[in-house]
Amino acid sequence: MSEFTEFFSFSDANVRYVTLGSVLLASSSAVVGCFTLLRKRALVGDAVAHAVLPGVCLAFILSGTKNPFILLLGAFITGWLSLVLIDYITSRSRIKEDTAIGLVLSVFFGIGILLLTAIQHSGNAAQSGLDKFLFGKAASLVGEDLVVFGAVAVLLLATTVLFYKELKLLCFDETFAKSIGFPVRTLELLLTTLTVFAVVVGIQAVGVVLMAAMLITPAAAARFWTERLGVMLVLAALIGAFSGISGAFVSYTAPSMPTGPWIVLIVSMIALLSFALAPKRGWISRLLRQRRNRTQILEENLLKLLYQLGEQEEDYFSNRSLETILTKRNIPRPQALTGLRKLKRQGYVQHQQNGWALTAEGEVRGKRVVRLHRLWELYLTQYLQLASDHVHEDAETIEHIITPELEHKLIEELNYPSLDPHQTRIP
Amino acid sequence: MILQVDDPVVEVHDLTVSYDRKPVLWGVDLTLPAGSLVGVIGPNGAGKSTLIKAMMDLLPASSGYVRIFNEPLKQVRKRISYVPQRESVDWDFPASVFDVVLMGRYGNLGLFKRPRKADKDAAMQALEKVGMQGFADRQISQLSGGQQQRVFLARALAQNADIYFMDEPFAGVDIATETAIIELLRTMREQGKTVVVVHHDLQSASEYFDWVVLLNMRLVASGPTQQVMTQELLEHTYGGKLTVLSKVGDLLRKQEFPARETRRQNNVIL
Repeated sequence: MSEFTEFFSFSDANVRYVTLGSVLLASSSAVVGCFTLLRKRALVGDAVAHAVLPGVCLAFILSGTKNPFILLLGAFITGWLSLVLIDYITSRSRIKEDTAIGLVLSVFFGIGILLLTAIQHSGNAAQSGLDKFLFGKAASLVGEDLVVFGAVAVLLLATTVLFYKELKLLCFDETFAKSIGFPVRTLELLLTTLTVFAVVVGIQAVGVVLMAAMLITPAAAARFWTERLGVMLVLAALIGAFSGISGAFVSYTAPSMPTGPWIVLIVSMIALLSFALAPKRGWISRLLRQRRNRTQILEENLLKLLYQLGEQEEDYFSNRSLETILTKRNIPRPQALTGLRKLKRQGYVQHQQNGWALTAEGEVRGKRVVRLHRLWELYLTQYLQLASDHVHEDAETIEHIITPELEHKLIEELNYPSLDPHQTRIP
Repeated sequence: MILQVDDPVVEVHDLTVSYDRKPVLWGVDLTLPAGSLVGVIGPNGAGKSTLIKAMMDLLPASSGYVRIFNEPLKQVRKRISYVPQRESVDWDFPASVFDVVLMGRYGNLGLFKRPRKADKDAAMQALEKVGMQGFADRQISQLSGGQQQRVFLARALAQNADIYFMDEPFAGVDIATETAIIELLRTMREQGKTVVVVHHDLQSASEYFDWVVLLNMRLVASGPTQQVMTQELLEHTYGGKLTVLSKVGDLLRKQEFPARETRRQNNVIL
């Protein structure tokens, strides 16, 4: 725990730098990732991330130093080359994009691992730490590294803000963008370059293997919470930043731990939670909605039954026993009881010793359900020419979802009818 | 029957368009009169969308050229507006109706610039014209097919162009939207705009358009509606597959043959 307070008090200058660096890296790649995701090129990020490795190794072999600027340049060149190659293969051969991505990714990564192994066995003392590119190490983001990578991250954020409008249109409707004279090819190139840069700076923290997750997962998680692109970008950046900080923390407290996997686990947890908890799009809110629908159907069915019994005896407000109610329709007894009790709490029915009775409000609501049922049956027979014995089942569901406006429209279109297809009165 | 007009708004000369070397449109030569409602009609796979896309230089031409307002396309981009097919975009994009309509102003704004207040006003007016002003803040993922089409139309209107190319604006929309759209197109014609519409319904075509282009991999006819929508020409357009033509096209693709032996100098610039 003391490590926790020590880290988050930011009293150590080193901690400040590492945190700042990780936040910048993670959030800038998350923002770029939003556009990659919306352009449906999520896998491309993965290919670039893997293709960066041979570039890093080559740059090291050729220069003999770990100068971040040179390594970054090498990474950029091979990353970019891989994208050009994917495009070239897709447009010039019958190979589809997914296959091309797989092909390019594995070939580049294979070469990268080969070079890395060769370097590690060369006995070059300067090589130690090069393998952090595989799984990332946020804590090594200090000094010169931080300046270079941080600058690139800031540049990335600034470019996306500057080209926000153009990138938005490119992702939504490329052909239209072309038709109004936008330089679509150039913009595509820009997005590609941004993606490569995002990957190149991100691997410092997460590593080659898991970089795609840093690019795509924050964007995917953010998408659950909002329907606005601007908000999505900010949310993705925040999610990225949070996982960046936690990665830096892990890197700081447990130096032997691989940082990348930790960051990716954390960001995946956030994505999973978003998937479950997000309003509207989330899994739990969908479950709740379904549950609400089920109780609504049960309650309305009970009110409808009581109303229909009332119709039969031309007396809507006297008591009926549970048995009488259930003879008309087979609802499981405990369910019916729960429903009735709930309706009582809501004031739609009354309970006396010998049974249940509608209140005035309950009668109105029950009547409406019966009316909608019969109106829908009539609509189906008149407008869809369905046989009158085929329409009941359908109306059983539809009666619960028709809105007052639709009800109004229905009555109007059916010309204020009084009888349903079974010659029963429409209340 | 291919009627050429003097002083055309659109002039297409010997236009051949290929996909992956296979020509899908062969040597189209046509001119369109100003201020008319033009219907481009033909069976599935006739190259209707291809024609209007090639007219706007959204597809590369294997041969031929297009001039609009008697100028090369690049110089008149701002006067041209395009309504793509509704299905061509993913409507689950995080944007509101207003965002999409505002995109119609991007062309005039140019790069980097943010939409100004006047652009927002123009977008709102365009939404009013299609009767969607109440939906400005609605998410585009929640729209019905007809509403999506209206949004696309509003985006085109916000461009304030002089010639409009629309790809199947009547496909899969409800009757209310169809009436609203055709009313709008007629108003636009009265304002002197030219509207070129890809259309698939023969029944309504003769009622909607005053100039019709019949297409089936090549130009069959182009002229005033009454003269073109004849039994004979329609049979010519729809009847009988051009089996040999499409086989030759396949051959060109398989053998990797160019559609023209040499590209003439003047067809590249446009």
